[in-house]
Amino acid sequence: MLKLARYLKKFRFYVIIGPIFKLIEAIFELIVPLVIKNMIDVGIGTKDTAYVLRMGGILVLLGIVGLCSTLVCQRSAAIASQGVGTLMRDDVFKKIAYLSHDKRDEIGTPSLITRITSDINQLQTAVAMLIRLVIRAPFLAIGAVIMAMSINLYISIIFLVATVLIFLVIFLIMSKSVPHFKSIQKKLDRIALITRENLSGARVIRAFSGNEREHERFHEAIDDHTASSIRVSRLSALLNPLTLVIVNLAIAAIILLSGNPVNSGSLTQGDVIALVNYMNQTLQALIVVANLFVIFTKSAASAVRINEVLDCESGIEDAVCAAYPKLPSKTKLKFEGVSFHYPDSEENVLEDISFEINEGETVGIIGATGSGKSTIVSLIPRFFDVSGGAVYFDGADIRTIPQRELRDRIGLVPQKAMLIGGTIADNLRFGAPDATDDELWQACETSQAAEFVRAKPDGLYSNVTQGAKNLSGGQKQRLTIARALASKPELLILDDSASALDFATEAKLRASLAKLSRETAMTQLIISQRITSIRHADKIIVIDDGKLVGVGTHDTLKQDCDVYLEICRSQLREEEI
Amino acid sequence: MKNKTTLRRLFSYVKPHLGLVIVALLTAIVSVALTLLAPILTGNAIDKLAGRNNVDFPALYTILTVLTVSVLISAASQWLMNICTSIISYKVVRDLRAEVFDKLHRIPLRYIDTNSHGDLISRVVNDIDSVSDGLLQGLAQFLVGVLTILGTIAFMFSINVTVAIVVVVLTPMSLFVAWFIAKFTHSAFTEQSRIQGELSGYAEELIGNGNIVTAFAYEERASAHYGEINSRLRKAGVRAQWFSSLTNPSTRFVNAMVYAIAAVMGCFVSVTAGTISVGAISSFLTYATQYTKPFNEITGVITQLQSALASAARVFAVIDEEDETPDGEYEIPQDECKGSVTLENVDFSYVPERPLIQDFNLDVAPGKRVAIVGPTGCGKTTLINLLMRFYDVTSGEIRVERHDIRSMKRSSLRSLYGMVLQETWLFCGTIRDNIAYAKPGATIEEITAAAKRAHIHSFIRRLPKGYDTVITEGGGNISEGQKQLLCIARVMLSMPPMLILDEATSSIDTMTEIRIQKAFAEMMRGRTSFIVAHRLSTIRESDIILVMRDGNVIEQGTHDELLSREGAYFELYNSQFAAKQ
Repeated sequence: MLKLARYLKKFRFYVIIGPIFKLIEAIFELIVPLVIKNMIDVGIGTKDTAYVLRMGGILVLLGIVGLCSTLVCQRSAAIASQGVGTLMRDDVFKKIAYLSHDKRDEIGTPSLITRITSDINQLQTAVAMLIRLVIRAPFLAIGAVIMAMSINLYISIIFLVATVLIFLVIFLIMSKSVPHFKSIQKKLDRIALITRENLSGARVIRAFSGNEREHERFHEAIDDHTASSIRVSRLSALLNPLTLVIVNLAIAAIILLSGNPVNSGSLTQGDVIALVNYMNQTLQALIVVANLFVIFTKSAASAVRINEVLDCESGIEDAVCAAYPKLPSKTKLKFEGVSFHYPDSEENVLEDISFEINEGETVGIIGATGSGKSTIVSLIPRFFDVSGGAVYFDGADIRTIPQRELRDRIGLVPQKAMLIGGTIADNLRFGAPDATDDELWQACETSQAAEFVRAKPDGLYSNVTQGAKNLSGGQKQRLTIARALASKPELLILDDSASALDFATEAKLRASLAKLSRETAMTQLIISQRITSIRHADKIIVIDDGKLVGVGTHDTLKQDCDVYLEICRSQLREEEI
Repeated sequence: MKNKTTLRRLFSYVKPHLGLVIVALLTAIVSVALTLLAPILTGNAIDKLAGRNNVDFPALYTILTVLTVSVLISAASQWLMNICTSIISYKVVRDLRAEVFDKLHRIPLRYIDTNSHGDLISRVVNDIDSVSDGLLQGLAQFLVGVLTILGTIAFMFSINVTVAIVVVVLTPMSLFVAWFIAKFTHSAFTEQSRIQGELSGYAEELIGNGNIVTAFAYEERASAHYGEINSRLRKAGVRAQWFSSLTNPSTRFVNAMVYAIAAVMGCFVSVTAGTISVGAISSFLTYATQYTKPFNEITGVITQLQSALASAARVFAVIDEEDETPDGEYEIPQDECKGSVTLENVDFSYVPERPLIQDFNLDVAPGKRVAIVGPTGCGKTTLINLLMRFYDVTSGEIRVERHDIRSMKRSSLRSLYGMVLQETWLFCGTIRDNIAYAKPGATIEEITAAAKRAHIHSFIRRLPKGYDTVITEGGGNISEGQKQLLCIARVMLSMPPMLILDEATSSIDTMTEIRIQKAFAEMMRGRTSFIVAHRLSTIRESDIILVMRDGNVIEQGTHDELLSREGAYFELYNSQFAAKQ
């Protein structure tokens, strides 16, 4: 939490001004019972109505000054807390945008989103509370005790006892019920889980007539939830009655102990009223303190989660020397003895991978899921750096090429076809902000997307909803291919990106990409599970369990690569091989 | 008007707990009355401390004893009331949840298919929670608030009419101020939440697509765009927060003024008329602060109530959806079904304006294998929907063993089919329970036998807890292919006379794929099967091939027949080899 204090520094003025003004209000609030005391002791005692009115005037004045200072404080709180939130959001977003791949996977997308939204909101509230209440509430509670002491030291002992008792009650009840709240939340999550399962599995459940079992399962979950909720409510239902008892008994004790001093003349009736008022003020301040306690515990957790993001190393750094050998080379891409393991693991995911791809060639990579195909792909645009060996692009070690330039020259079509909200053109210009409409149409033609884009009323400028829910899986895949083509890449990488296309469309796509390769010398790297997608490639690389087990064409591999042959047999009939 | 019916309907859920409601009401009255009595008793006690040598000790002791007792009783009844209201609200929540959930099993699948699951879950979880928070506990607060206000007014008037009138008339001023501010800040709030939504939407998409952002070096543009929305949010946020933070000080100011006026009036009356004691002034001052509190609370409760009513209406909307058409009576025992299926003049469409399947006829003799092929989105799953009666045909009929399936019990019809879909479904539970889903009483021997036949037994055995391994939410701890094998094992256990299989298109590794193929082949032996086929080997070995496009069956026949016809199938078949030349 302290680490994030640097954001507060930028609003130093407001962070200091706010509480000071709030303090002024609190002081005035503490004066009120004294004024009332004088009104009673002097005003009524001497039957002086003018004095009563004067004192009334003071009360109004106190109120107005109090209001003004609070407004100053609230304004400061609004500016500072929203400002801190905005700065934090900007920083966290930038950090996330440049986060390395493994970090992003480690924390997880949903968690990152919660952090940038609700966690920062939580901290924003905490900043506002800090300015508004952190000084005020304890000051009021302690101030009330001190004022009581100034009236009568002996009776003020009751204040101390009552304050401690109330604090204990609040603390005990809260600390006992907070863990329960967590477990209730878990039970609620289970209810959500079963509901989700029942919706996604509606067909299977109906097919197996599973509704009675689901009914039972759900009832168990909700009964459990109900029982725990009622149990906790028994505890938290104690809070208000107990504080009520303590405060009123304290008031009774104050009056009781006042009996003798009043009788002996050392205490006035007005003093007693002031004491009673201070007691009521103490209670209210303590309740606020308890709520602050809850808010700050939550914020501390949020702060930890935000710091976790801000403390992450950002992605791979560029080499210091921007100059790298631009060798005219026929070899577009070269893996040389590449091995790779994730930073937090010892086990190699890739081991001793070497191959070369010439300019204009179409190369397929095939292998089982989890064999390391996608890992190979992620090394090329440097999502990760190799652990051993080296990757060369146009003859230069990619670690010497500025990332921006490297990625500009590569067109990657990821496995999961994702588009963002906006227009189709927005999406296609993702990597090529300056592409003309004509260029976009060309990209669409090649990726077999032109037909359905043209059929839309607004063509390229048709709307894509958030998550691209208004497009089918196949349409999305074709647009992601067009997106990669729009930036005219030298190397196009298709990571299993035609899985949602039917055979006919995929065949057309293959043909048009081949044509583009011939015309522009674009190199293609196609990763697939389907033999049909890669069998016609110039070169096929077979990966099994992180190792390269074969390089060749379909015809040579089926002769001498067992893994390849096995894959063929599982997908094609004997005569098709 | 609509709110009224929703409210009335909600009360019908409270009715079974009428006893608790009565206890809650009684304890509420007792606790409010005694809580309000305390300031009077305090005031009386202070009056006994008139000054030097003027303290009435015996009377003081009596009053303080009464105060102690009444406070204790008040606290006890307050506690009891809290417990009663929470029991009522949690039980109502439970009943509501149970009812919505059961409804989800009776609702036509069309509803589940066309509504967002997130939204439905949110109704079961969040909306019902908000009903309990807002409506039930809010109502309790409302009740106590109203009682407190009425009680305070009564007590104040019993002490002194003049001062009471001042407090009663002036205090609602704070309400007016709060209302005034709320009215003028509403637009600031809508603006804030609109921009907030825009911002989180953008963050969600860009973070969710981190790979693309990096691959296309989009980071800077993304941050700039985010920063632009963010700075708009800042402006709107400061406005909204500043406006809303006006309410509290303003109402507090009004209250302070009322307090001052009450004090001055009290003292004034005491000096001039002498009809009010010092203790009574003290009571008044306590009331003046207490009196405004319930008003503020009630305003809070009313907004909560409104959102709770909206939530309740959303929950009732699900409950009020129409049920599936009533079940038929007829049952066919599994062992009497040989597996003949007939579709006659079947018409079907999801939306009336777009006819999908038209005049579809098919006669499947027992034990035949039907392959359904066609491009993605051509309506292959629609056929499964109709066979399993997840959806009803628009016209025509589907018969199993010469019985119209609409005259059959749904559970009986569905028990005749074994279904393995490409989208696997496993629930959060042990592997054993997941396999035994179709046959809850199955012995472990039967379960392992089924697993063996599905070629998944050795995998399960290697898991640390074997058959008792718990599958986590979404089945993240096992691969997609293994999930599919488990689903196959599930069907293997019950071995129904007919099968519906959806072949996987991708994402499954070769070894698993070979196993799945073997498992499928074993299952299909001698059983009528409908297969959504992606593999030519499967297609060629089928007895009938249905070629679908845009929801229609455009061709049907055997592989050789269809090839010789040189139509759509011919084209589809050859497209696989198109790039070869």
